[in-house]
Amino acid sequence: MITLETIKDYLKKYDGEELTFMEVCGTHTAAISQSGITEILSDKIRLVSGPGCPVCVTVASYIDKLVSLSMEENTCVATFGDMLRVRGSEKSLNDAKASGGKVILVYSPMDVIDIAKKNTQLNYVFAAVGFETTTPIYSLMLKQIIEEKIENLKLLTALKTMPKVIDWVCSVDSPINGFIAPGHVSVITGSDYFKELALKWNMPFVVSGFEAIDLLNAIYALINYKDKGEVLNLYPAYVTDKGNKAAQKQVEQYFTSCKSAWRGIGQIEDSGMQLKEEYLKYDAGSQNLIEDSKINEGCCCDKVIIGTINPTQCPLFKKVCSPETPQGACMVSTEGSCYHYYISNRKR
Amino acid sequence: MCVALPGKVIKTNGNLATVDFNGNIIQAQAGLVEVNEGDFCLVHAGCILQKLNQEEAVDMLELFQELEDLQR
Repeated sequence: MITLETIKDYLKKYDGEELTFMEVCGTHTAAISQSGITEILSDKIRLVSGPGCPVCVTVASYIDKLVSLSMEENTCVATFGDMLRVRGSEKSLNDAKASGGKVILVYSPMDVIDIAKKNTQLNYVFAAVGFETTTPIYSLMLKQIIEEKIENLKLLTALKTMPKVIDWVCSVDSPINGFIAPGHVSVITGSDYFKELALKWNMPFVVSGFEAIDLLNAIYALINYKDKGEVLNLYPAYVTDKGNKAAQKQVEQYFTSCKSAWRGIGQIEDSGMQLKEEYLKYDAGSQNLIEDSKINEGCCCDKVIIGTINPTQCPLFKKVCSPETPQGACMVSTEGSCYHYYISNRKR
Repeated sequence: MCVALPGKVIKTNGNLATVDFNGNIIQAQAGLVEVNEGDFCLVHAGCILQKLNQEEAVDMLELFQELEDLQR
């Protein structure tokens, strides 16, 4: 039976053709950086981060809209913590709060329901960002809003889906040889979700868990499945071929596929989710939030999120850009590549 | 943001479940998957996404045998 030591030894001594693998989940980026596994990989194996951190790929106009809503007299914006520090074209939600805006931080979108029910004099807007993992929770939230006839809670959506943006990354002549497919997205969608892409681009997609051992196994599998258009599920404890059908059904009930704007990439057809027409009364104005802008013209977040460069190659990295003074979203988010390269002192 | 943590269901109450993460107890929504007391599950943003499939986890051993065979 193959052992972890065998895999580590293989990955350290690998001397075949140079290979680049992309992880498209911010949580994988965090796990890879924190575990330090890149230090034990052969120089011929390169890991790059993809556009899988929701905060990093959200465009400035979406943040601007949240800032503007928070400054309205009777409106309060509720958000996950990561969104607080990301700047739009001028301000972040934290800046807005300092200027008198109403912003609250929650652990779960469901928490806002109770808050809204207790404070009926305020209108609440939840900053609904995320990928396929989180959208089912917004569906549950909406179900409860409708059932309990809650009138003072809406969503501002910037929801993303994986396949089209991965397809875009593959189409821009990137040197990717395979993908560490997002584990928790796959819990919902199932591993078959990536089959079409694997076949189209003739490269492996390995669904992985989040421990260092899981990731080493995934890299080992990617090398061994090189040039094979196959999907391998190495996270079967929670991921099935078809995913969580009940969650998918909830999403289909309330959301529909739409064109979505990605930081540094632009708009991609069918790469996002928006509320269906019959539920638009619960939308706080998510349409046409497509404009993007940079805080600092030298910022390379747009190149970092598609793996063209790694954070250490950005001219601002560790100079003017740090977690204390972030110049771009990838340094702000706790799932951003730049943040993790910085705090883990990651070199490669 | 897609962080999800495994925990153990210690109590259920309709669409709510009490989940134990090594001593940290939280209330989680169980509207996306049916869980019972004693189930291990994955929780994201206050919601249970899936419960642990123990049999499939064991099948990992077979997968690694396949990988080893590829090396030969």
